Amino acid sequence: MISKQLTVVGGGLVGAAIAYGAASRGLSVRVLDQGDTAFRASRGNFGLVWLSSKGGGMPEYARWTRDAVGQWGGFHQELLDRTGVDSGLIQKGGFWLGFSQEEVQKRANLLAKIDREAGGIPFRMMEASEIRQYLPDIGPKVVGGSWGAQDGMANPLFLLRALHSGLKKAGADIISGIDVAAIEHDAAKGRFTARSRDGQGWTSDRIVIAAGLGVGELASQVGIHAPTVTTRGQVLITERLKPFMDYPTNKARQTAEGSVQIGSTTEDVGLDDGTTVEKIEWLARRAVDTFPALANARLVRAWGALRPLTPDGYPIYQESGTCPGAFAVVCHSGVTLAAIHANVIGPWMGGLTDAPPDVAPFNGKRFLDKNARFVGDH
Amino acid sequence: MANNVNDLVVIGSGPAGMAAAVEARALGMTVSVLDEQPAIGGQIYRRVEDAPEALQMILGKDYGAGRVLAEEFRQSGAAHIPGATVWNLTEDGVIDYVDAGGTRTISATNVLIATGAMERPFPIPGWTLPGVMGAGAAQIMLKSAGAQPAGSVVLAGCGPLLYLLAWQYLRAGVKLAGLVDTTRFSTYVTALGKVHGAVTGRKDLVKGLGLISRVRLARVPIYSGASDLEILGEDHAEGIRFRHKSKSREISAGLVLLHQGVVPNTQLSWSLRAEHRWDAAQLCWTPVTDDAGRLGETQIHVAGDSRRIVGALASAIQGRLSVLAMHERKGGTAQPGHKAELQRQLARYTALRPFLDVLYRPLDEHRIPADHVTVCRCEEVTAGEVRSYVDLGCLGPNQTKSFGRCGMGPCQGRLCGLTVTEIIAAARKVAPGEVGYYRIRPPIKPIHLGSFAQSTS
Amino acid sequence: MTTETLFSIPKKAGQAMVRIEFEGETLHVPDGISVAAALLSSSRGALRTSIVKGTPRAPYCMMGVCFECLVEIDGIPARQGCMTLVRDGMIIRRQSGAPSLEGLASGGKNGE
Repeated sequence: MISKQLTVVGGGLVGAAIAYGAASRGLSVRVLDQGDTAFRASRGNFGLVWLSSKGGGMPEYARWTRDAVGQWGGFHQELLDRTGVDSGLIQKGGFWLGFSQEEVQKRANLLAKIDREAGGIPFRMMEASEIRQYLPDIGPKVVGGSWGAQDGMANPLFLLRALHSGLKKAGADIISGIDVAAIEHDAAKGRFTARSRDGQGWTSDRIVIAAGLGVGELASQVGIHAPTVTTRGQVLITERLKPFMDYPTNKARQTAEGSVQIGSTTEDVGLDDGTTVEKIEWLARRAVDTFPALANARLVRAWGALRPLTPDGYPIYQESGTCPGAFAVVCHSGVTLAAIHANVIGPWMGGLTDAPPDVAPFNGKRFLDKNARFVGDH
Repeated sequence: MANNVNDLVVIGSGPAGMAAAVEARALGMTVSVLDEQPAIGGQIYRRVEDAPEALQMILGKDYGAGRVLAEEFRQSGAAHIPGATVWNLTEDGVIDYVDAGGTRTISATNVLIATGAMERPFPIPGWTLPGVMGAGAAQIMLKSAGAQPAGSVVLAGCGPLLYLLAWQYLRAGVKLAGLVDTTRFSTYVTALGKVHGAVTGRKDLVKGLGLISRVRLARVPIYSGASDLEILGEDHAEGIRFRHKSKSREISAGLVLLHQGVVPNTQLSWSLRAEHRWDAAQLCWTPVTDDAGRLGETQIHVAGDSRRIVGALASAIQGRLSVLAMHERKGGTAQPGHKAELQRQLARYTALRPFLDVLYRPLDEHRIPADHVTVCRCEEVTAGEVRSYVDLGCLGPNQTKSFGRCGMGPCQGRLCGLTVTEIIAAARKVAPGEVGYYRIRPPIKPIHLGSFAQSTS
Repeated sequence: MTTETLFSIPKKAGQAMVRIEFEGETLHVPDGISVAAALLSSSRGALRTSIVKGTPRAPYCMMGVCFECLVEIDGIPARQGCMTLVRDGMIIRRQSGAPSLEGLASGGKNGE
């Protein structure tokens, strides 16, 4: 078994972006990915590249997202140049749409607070009549909304393919069908071995645990506290339609391929990634309320995916204090943060740079304070 | 809504569904039968209740047998709900469907999935062109509308339905430009090895061979042992090219009817996350059930071709046997000897199946096509693209689907699923059973978002 | 070749007929048959073009599984022609690429 400089456990959007960031800068990288039917949050990602309203309870996260979104354009071009895969970035602004004056006002207050605390996150509130100039097909139930100039969308699945393709081109090994059960640390040699359920092992100087729902258990083996809670998001997808929605919204977006994604729910249901009739109906009605013409569009797929969240909804990026060289990542915004994961997190965890100062707040230790209470924000 | 719980809801009103309903009614169960089509009969007995006499003559005696069952069904007192598209089924017997009025829900103590079969996809160059259809599709044109080919027509592939349609066309006076048969003589020999256990199926065998010889006698050019089928034409089918006796041949025809057997319609059983296994004899996925078609410990049974391809007569018997098992589970008993008689009939009707499975096994190149051939008709993904995703590390169809949208269109993978499984298996050099299938989720059929707004709940 | 349809339905005395319109042309077809069967028997060529590559398509399975027979019926896009029975006065149009929701903002057209 050839030893690598870096092993990344998890080949989803988060793991693949970090691995790509390290591999494209010359490190020898291996990615251990699960099989065809694994729980894959990446497949249920709604696909928004979204800044507005992020970090209402944590200005550092708002700034982190702002920087990530700012790097997306260049990152998209880089992936396109290297792999020929278009990750579908459209970043010309997006809307949040509200059904009542009360929720619109709440929204305005939140966005003002974030901009005040984090800086550089401008927004504009609009009446329905003004929104209609951009989205002529919104229905009468939409009373107003907000506009964020840096918001946009990408295709999560093509982004994942672009990352895997980029990894392959950079010489990384992607090993699929692997369930990693344990991380072994050889302190004397400063090496890590990822051990699969069937006993195979892969060694490397450094290791990143980005295994979604599996992070908590593996991270604890290298002394990192990375608690995760699981939420299910259900998404509806229509047949491909001729373009009619020029901008993404919080309730629906039309992809570059033409299908409309309608989403998404946030449910606390444990490890059930199924879909439910109740939520499908709720999402469908809400979509038709937002864009009445969608009544004539056909629902082709419904999707349920489990997303790993931390108790406060903000990410964990952390190096182990007891096993230096081991890292854990918990993050559910794999699309929005893809560029900064590749550009900043990958080089850091790969050992090419020091810990970036702006990730210091995203330490899992914040969840060890017994007196702290957390409200999930996402 | 839930206060009206049926003892049995049957999905599909083909032979298995109709017979099950009749059996259940005889046992005093309350029964509703949902079907997407406006009339009962399924595809095999399509329009069986009101087919004109001239058409019945063309279609033959086996089709007429469906009439008896349809009459029994009508008299049974089972409720028939036509035009009902089932889009969701749960393990505890809740069924969501859409009809002209919107979304509706029906509940049952027992559910029978009797959704029948569909023609096996035939991914060859040009198979998406107008003028190329399934032979089964053309037979539906004949049954449902009395429609016959207007110009030159060629039939190609293998399987009993191909010869049956040829025979029916001859009776209707349709001239065939050719019958391109991919069955090889050497396969007859292998298949004959399966006949020894199939003496009870001899009658069916004789009947089948009789069809073939009658088509021959009608001086239809038959090209046996053909391979490497390819549709000619740019915007429309203009004919077919194939290899025959190591020569390349072409037949021109504006209508090419392809067929290489039928495969179970398994979307509903997959959507329940029931266990399925790759059936190496029939080259398709089949749900794992007990002898009565029960899925695990659920109250859901599968009967007929949606369990495994057995044909119309055996399907009807399976439907009845599933109902008897439901009845017995509730402590009921059947009439003495009835069950044994049904089992005897089932054995007779399925005796020939192993022979047919070997004889009419579709050729590898017509299931696992070359790189340039489109496998996903909806999203227009080629076999080569799927293979390139395997190169990137994809192990199964759900990963290739997310990398390249293969299987994401309105047909929901029905026309590419088997092909993709086999392409990946061949590329990875593993058995198809190890590769798996698409994760099928509701909606089982595409439904208008507006249907929910009309919902009466 | 251009005037030839793929299928024909032999005329029968006493057969009830309905009048449908396809791409502006009036067709007289037997009552009780599907839109797909009617069009395959009285018009020629593709019923639609595909969404990704714009290739010509026509009905393939006739039993509701392949979704190749999608046409616009009475203003509603992407209806399955093989699953819809003809009705007197029905207006059918070819579909070019993806269905369009344009003009359907009220959630339906022609009273559908």
